Amino acid sequence: MSTTLEQETPETSTKESGGSLGRYIVVRALLIIPTVFILVTTVFLLMRTTGDPITASQGGRLPPDQLAERIHAAGYDRPLITQYLEYLGGILRGDFGTTLSDHRPVTEVLLTFGTATLELAFYALIVAFAIGIPLGRLAAYHRDKAPDAVLRVSAILAYATPVFFAGLILKLIFSVWLDVLPVAGRASTRAELTMQKVDNPTGIYLIDAIRTGDPAVVGDVLTHAILPALTLGLLTAGVFLRLVRTNVISTFGAGFVDAARSRGVAERRLLRKHAYRPALIPIITVIGLQIALLLGGAVLTESTFEWKGLGFQLAQYLQARDFVAVQGIVVMLAVIVALTNFIVDVIAALIDPRVRY
Amino acid sequence: MAATTPTTGDAVQRRSRWSRLPIVTQLRQSVGLQRGMLIGGLVLTAFFLFTAAFAPLLAPYGYAQLRSDSGPFGAQQPPSAEHWLGTTVGGYDVLSRVIWGSRTALLVIIVAVTASILVGVLLGLISGYFGGWLDRIMVMIADAIYAFPSLLLAIVLAIVISGGQSSMWGGIFAAALSITVIFIPQYLRVTRSEVIRIKAEAFVESARVIGAGHVRIMTRHVLRNATRTLPLILTLNASEAILTLAGLGFLGFGIEPTAAAEWGYDLNKSLSDVTAGIWWTSIFPGLAIVLVVLGLTLVGESLNDLADPRLRKRAAGPEPVEDLGVELPDAQQEGEQR
Repeated sequence: MSTTLEQETPETSTKESGGSLGRYIVVRALLIIPTVFILVTTVFLLMRTTGDPITASQGGRLPPDQLAERIHAAGYDRPLITQYLEYLGGILRGDFGTTLSDHRPVTEVLLTFGTATLELAFYALIVAFAIGIPLGRLAAYHRDKAPDAVLRVSAILAYATPVFFAGLILKLIFSVWLDVLPVAGRASTRAELTMQKVDNPTGIYLIDAIRTGDPAVVGDVLTHAILPALTLGLLTAGVFLRLVRTNVISTFGAGFVDAARSRGVAERRLLRKHAYRPALIPIITVIGLQIALLLGGAVLTESTFEWKGLGFQLAQYLQARDFVAVQGIVVMLAVIVALTNFIVDVIAALIDPRVRY
Repeated sequence: MAATTPTTGDAVQRRSRWSRLPIVTQLRQSVGLQRGMLIGGLVLTAFFLFTAAFAPLLAPYGYAQLRSDSGPFGAQQPPSAEHWLGTTVGGYDVLSRVIWGSRTALLVIIVAVTASILVGVLLGLISGYFGGWLDRIMVMIADAIYAFPSLLLAIVLAIVISGGQSSMWGGIFAAALSITVIFIPQYLRVTRSEVIRIKAEAFVESARVIGAGHVRIMTRHVLRNATRTLPLILTLNASEAILTLAGLGFLGFGIEPTAAAEWGYDLNKSLSDVTAGIWWTSIFPGLAIVLVVLGLTLVGESLNDLADPRLRKRAAGPEPVEDLGVELPDAQQEGEQR
């Protein structure tokens, strides 16, 4: 079954595992609609009841009559309900609005900058898995001993450190004092120019760099990614560590572990196989929640490292007081979060039958 | 002896009201590493509260002070006898802003946590007590908000409440209320599930039989019993509040430097300093955030572990049998819970 995990289409899954899973997926998919609807409505109402975006961005800079004219031209003086229905209609057609400051469709902004964020989030998840899971297991093995104490406090420390501060410190140490890693950006200018020559650049720098066939470019892209990936990854690694630790400890007390012990399975093996594997299941569920945290963290990490992704762009629009762009990006991220949560839930249901209700 | 759970009738009677306060009970219950973490957290938290309360006395200068009798401070001055932690790019004294920043952080925590408890508990009470379609809708909204990146929601709310930059109280309320909206779902869910559990208890039934009204049952019988997990979420939320406030400040939605000191704002301004090798403007406000969040989280984590019998370590239990250092569950559980 694990081979089909990657291709998540409800139809195939339904046929494979019978009615209950199929029903679960359908119910879960239908739940996306109210979730997204609630968020879109909330964000719309919040942003629009307190004023219009034109006044927010231009207020004070334009004379009142010109301001009123532009508000009228953009249709922000019509009844709220009309604007709301139009906005909903736009979203259904995949139109999330056009930015005020540079007149680009928000979907275009997403396509241009989304790949960078995706790349960063992917690196960060790898860091989080590579650090969080083995260390969590280690902490559980040495429960209440010195290594556990050190690891737990480090995990809490990883949570307690704001991502941008962690980024600043890493930058200070590795880019300024040791001068071994680049300060900011996704690649050096020369590497970026080389990558632009590739046909149909994907926007995912690692792929583009590999396609140039130049190892120097690949190296350049990777060295630029180290610090941002570590910064964002450490945040999530702490969460994984704590989760794995708690779960290994609690599955270690479960009946099936006792049963295995009574059959004479060695203690080391009990921990490694019997208690560890089931402890990983909840992690899959938590990844869903981590996506939200990761996206929030990405906004801050990208600003720290000038990593030109969605988060960086969002910060730019915030600074420019372009609230149409902000609203568009936020709503679109909400849709992405809802969809990823759905996929994660389906995967969790495939792996663990208890999830399906 | 000190760490036995205060459930035996005799012990409860002898113990003062003080020792039955949430934190004190847990402190008595904890041992070893857990106690260390709890005490460490309490010390950090106490230090934070102390600094926030006595900021005017502790800080050498005002948070918006740019000059002393001997002339202006100067921008980006390294730490010296006059400015222990140096000065910022804007020419403020770093130490003073770090100290004053604790006050801003505390105010935000107080406003955010109070508001979210009030609203969240009330909604949770209504939702859990009445059930039905109202309950379903509220839970659905709460879930939708909970699954959303909290920082993004806070940004939207900050825009709505203050339109971005603002005065001290404006900024504090903007940050606090943005955080409130994120927290309400958590309080709602926790209270709701407790209420649903308690609603089925016999004493609620008896209250209804003798003719008590909904409001009276909710407040006197259900609410009083439904609040046991709140201290736990409270500490964890307080730390999240600081992180959100700092995140907002870092993105430029903080409080203006002349209105109040805010750590996230100072970190944002120090971003370009770092590239130039100027470390004192970022390290100290950052450390302040880390220490406060660490303190609050340590308290919260310890309370969480102590509330969960699977994670709690017994006071005078048998030594762990295994070389691996993992306690056998049966050894841990015998006599564990009442």
